[in-house]
Amino acid sequence: MHQLENLYRQIIMDHYKNPRNKGLKEDESYVTARIKNPSCGDDVTIQTKAEDGVVKDVRHEGSGCSICCSSASVLSVRMKNQTVEDALGLVDDYLKMIIDKNTAINEQLDDALAYQGVRDFPARVKCATIAWKAFAETLKKG
Amino acid sequence: MKARKDEFPILTRQRLVYLDTAASSLTPKRVIDKMNEYYGEYPVNVHRGVYALSHRATEQYTNARETIAEFIGADFNEVVFTRGASSALNLVALTYGAQHLKPGDEVIVSELEHHSHVLPWQQIAKKTGAKLIYVPLSKEGRITTEAFKTVLTDKTKIVALTHVSNVMGYVTPLEEIILLAHEKGAIVSVDAAQSAPHMPLDVKTLDADFLAFSGHKMCGPTGIGVLYGKRELLDQLEPLEYGGDMNDNVEKDTGTWKDTPYKFETGTPPIAEAIGLAEAIHYLTSIGFDTVRNHEHTLFKRALEGLKKIPGITVYNESADTGIVNFNIEGVHPHDAVSFFDGEHVALRAGHHCAQLLIKWLDVPATLRASFYIYNDEADVDAFLDVVKRARDFFTSIGF
Repeated sequence: MHQLENLYRQIIMDHYKNPRNKGLKEDESYVTARIKNPSCGDDVTIQTKAEDGVVKDVRHEGSGCSICCSSASVLSVRMKNQTVEDALGLVDDYLKMIIDKNTAINEQLDDALAYQGVRDFPARVKCATIAWKAFAETLKKG
Repeated sequence: MKARKDEFPILTRQRLVYLDTAASSLTPKRVIDKMNEYYGEYPVNVHRGVYALSHRATEQYTNARETIAEFIGADFNEVVFTRGASSALNLVALTYGAQHLKPGDEVIVSELEHHSHVLPWQQIAKKTGAKLIYVPLSKEGRITTEAFKTVLTDKTKIVALTHVSNVMGYVTPLEEIILLAHEKGAIVSVDAAQSAPHMPLDVKTLDADFLAFSGHKMCGPTGIGVLYGKRELLDQLEPLEYGGDMNDNVEKDTGTWKDTPYKFETGTPPIAEAIGLAEAIHYLTSIGFDTVRNHEHTLFKRALEGLKKIPGITVYNESADTGIVNFNIEGVHPHDAVSFFDGEHVALRAGHHCAQLLIKWLDVPATLRASFYIYNDEADVDAFLDVVKRARDFFTSIGF
């Protein structure tokens, strides 16, 4: 169970229990994307407000397991004030960290590094990635 | 009965408490061997070649259909091979439903149905202007004859119900329901994917009009399923797919079709799979379906008793009739829980089990499901209970 304990490190539990930036805004300057994982019921909506090529705010809403919900919260904190280009780069690095065991890890992911452990649980990759994929969609749409 | 662990290669190869039979059962060696025999000794097409090997393949394939017909109490020509229960149930909706439903007609379904027995009817209802009517479930979540009577009307043309719920493990009182439906002139489509593997089944006693099941939930291979249909119904249906083998005579502008069941089976069929499924049926018959059912239910009762002693566990189907237990650990999302189980080599299912309507009816985001079969024993149940206990302790300890 050591691996699983690693996976549920404090960061994940903290964001799961006390999610930051939760709740959507009724504001047209936000771009919205929603992704569902029909096989398990995870359902995440991400809203992003970008101005002059910089991410100003990220909101999230949805339901799912701890990995899914907490990763949306961690994302919302990490992406604030990033340029859109850097943000997309971070999403790429995050997805690589989780999917590809051989890739070098970008330490700038900060708190999101907590999800490294998901590599050892291939069945949970979807849980950890849907919020980040939805976020990338909002940037590409916007 | 003694659990049949030695007969399943995967169980001799690794530590595994396999509790996901409701999704797919494990495969016994004799079924694997039988399919290998096809690929090793007579791996050729059926119905076509006029040579000895093809004759042997055709004979084995024909025997398989005979075995299956006998198993469900049907006639040889009433057994249609499909890719699985899903495609069999689709075939009923897309042929019988499309040919018979008219605006205002009603199709009775339930929230216990697997997606494959709701979505096809939903789509056909949209196309034909028919209406879907849901049987109200009882407090426990059962389909009862009484509740069925409240939705059965002169407008009811088709009744599409599951024989055994894949989440709750309840047996539907189909004999009474089918009798009532027939009195109104409606036909009944039965999803037997969760009953055929686990209990004696006789389509004539049941008087089902259509009935479907899959190979891979009953010790057989994936990629094969069966649609049973009453001969007079199958005969009046148009084929769903056209091509090789299903035709009789082909002209430039038209063609004619073979008789039932062949008109529904175009292309090279899943030959090894049909032979494998028949072998699985021989295997299960040798154990006896009453024995199988009692064994599973005994394990269910042991699991239920154990779960009730663990604080913070909700069981949603305490009165299940089969070997399926549907539950949650309080405050822990099933997908979090299932990773813990996986780490302990206990395989079970988390999610909505292809039955989102029921999960919504239960008003939970998802559930955990453990299902028992002939290769499970009391030690498996005890290992399962031990892991449930430790999972709960673990998630509590990290702050869930």
